[in-house]
Amino acid sequence: MWQTMLLKSIEQGLVFGIMALGVYITFKILNFADLTVDGSFPLGAAVAASLIVGGHSPFTATLAAILAGALAGYITGILNTSAKISDLLAGILTMTSLYSINLRIMGRPNIPLLNQPTVFSMIQGAIENVFPGFPIRYLYLILFIIIVFVIKLLLDAFLKTQLGFALRATGDNPQMIRSQGVNTDFMKIIGLSLSNALISLSGALVAQYQGFADVGMGIGTIIAGLASVIIGDALFGEKSIFISTLSVLFGSFLYRFSISLVLSFRLAQASDLKLLTALVVIVALTAPRFKKTFKGFKISSEKG
Amino acid sequence: MLVLEHISKTFNPGTPNENQVFSDLSLKVEDGDFITVIGSNGAGKSTMLNAIAGVFPVDSGKIFLDGNDITNLPEYRRAAFIGRVFQDPMLGTSPSMTIEENLSLAFCRANNVSLRWGLDFNKRKTFKKYLSNIPLGLEKRLTTKVKLLSGGQRQALTLIMATMKKPRLLLLDEHTAALDPKTAMLVNDLTEKIIETNNITTIMVTHNLEHAIKMGNRLIMMHKGKIVMDIKGEEKATMTIPRLLNKFEQLQGEKFAEDRVMLA
Ligand SMILES: Nc1ncnc2c1ncn2[C@@H]1O[C@H](COP(=O)(O)OP(=O)(O)OP(=O)(O)O)[C@@H](O)[C@H]1O
Ligand SMILES: [Mg+2]
Repeated sequence: MWQTMLLKSIEQGLVFGIMALGVYITFKILNFADLTVDGSFPLGAAVAASLIVGGHSPFTATLAAILAGALAGYITGILNTSAKISDLLAGILTMTSLYSINLRIMGRPNIPLLNQPTVFSMIQGAIENVFPGFPIRYLYLILFIIIVFVIKLLLDAFLKTQLGFALRATGDNPQMIRSQGVNTDFMKIIGLSLSNALISLSGALVAQYQGFADVGMGIGTIIAGLASVIIGDALFGEKSIFISTLSVLFGSFLYRFSISLVLSFRLAQASDLKLLTALVVIVALTAPRFKKTFKGFKISSEKG
Repeated sequence: MLVLEHISKTFNPGTPNENQVFSDLSLKVEDGDFITVIGSNGAGKSTMLNAIAGVFPVDSGKIFLDGNDITNLPEYRRAAFIGRVFQDPMLGTSPSMTIEENLSLAFCRANNVSLRWGLDFNKRKTFKKYLSNIPLGLEKRLTTKVKLLSGGQRQALTLIMATMKKPRLLLLDEHTAALDPKTAMLVNDLTEKIIETNNITTIMVTHNLEHAIKMGNRLIMMHKGKIVMDIKGEEKATMTIPRLLNKFEQLQGEKFAEDRVMLA
């Protein structure tokens, strides 16, 4: 039982970790309290599931989910930079609109994917053909590790490019980077699109992993993402980009693992989880250490 | 090269906090000018530099740089020709990024940022060379986060960042005011050295009258949003602090009031 629980927690930690990396981009790097998350995560699931059910390849469906997420982030960015709506409200507006849009896309509140092809079932089929003895039990684990680490390393690399430097400086000191000739509005839009593309990808993969898309599956995503970022930061601090993104993924795993612990010991009901998670985040944010390091949240609460 | 033509600027118009800083400000800066700017508190010195840099739009009037109308150009586009150092050492650098990453941002200034690596061997070598010009030992600390540096080290770094790509115009706003006297002197010497060796057209706001008289080729005094004195050449070279204060009193019929002014 322990082994299964650990395996499941690692799998979930990884697949939701992609979402946590998205949250890390907006809250930690861009210093932008983006609440689009709760809408863009189910958006990814909705787009992917609808396309798969509609007969499209799961790969096309997942790619479409990524683009849809980027578009959602782009809209939040435009609302904030062009329409001058505050970051919190801009995110909430997009998130709320997405609830209706996701329902439109799905056409119903829930789409089961159990008998449908998914990116995982297709890869599984291919692998079983080539390596007949492959330990299928660990298929998700191995696939997730590969997918998530490729994304993590690409993100690390991006943050070391000129564009990545400009993105980091936009979150750190917008006045300074403007005086170095960078359009901070543009950088915000890039960061938000990238972040929500990852979040939406995470939603698409989660839907295919758990076998359904549900219009309500986004509720509380932002808090789970924040919890992962906070836990990772508490354990490892901000040493380097490589360590920071790794610690976000580790935070995501620890978060999922603690949830399974709580549930398996019947310390709480599944329905209490959101409350518990919110409490974890509240405690963490009031700890003095995070007042300094957790920029996204701090600045926005001072503004508001 | 830089021309301000009849600039007016009112902050918070139509509110109880309405504050007209300029009603009609004009200034012509020649190529190679090194202008020092002094003036009472709230005279509008910082506001003038902000208007030139495009931090906010002006209400009316025009700004030309090398004959091009830049009045409506956003701040980030003017940054291609304007380098700035602020009074607050926190403002000029990105604190959670390293020294070399900050320098890399300045190195890309005026070019579009791209997906090329922010740092490479050649850039690091160039940065070391720049940093070894100042006696602060920063060339050995390229990977230190800037938030760990002292105010003086940050201002020196900001100055290097502002001038690494030679700007058409350098704007310095009391950039040594927040530093202890010894560091201020070091940054000041560095400023003079960089401006002279590269012949950079500069506007420097200072509250140190001695520096204002000694440095540069032209001195401007501002008062209540107007340029009340503009001297250069022989007149500036022979200027002394008492004569400067005297002249101000004659012109304005009141005493020069600047709490932070340094007479020595
Ligand atoms: N962004 C702003 N919003 C509202 N008022 C402003 C703004 N910036 C400057 N002011 C006002 O404009 C006037 C001129 O300010 P400015 O900072 O230009 O003075 P200064 O000459 O630089 O003074 P100091 O020597 O104190 O730095 C002041 O009354 C100030 O309150
Ligand atoms: Mg000022």
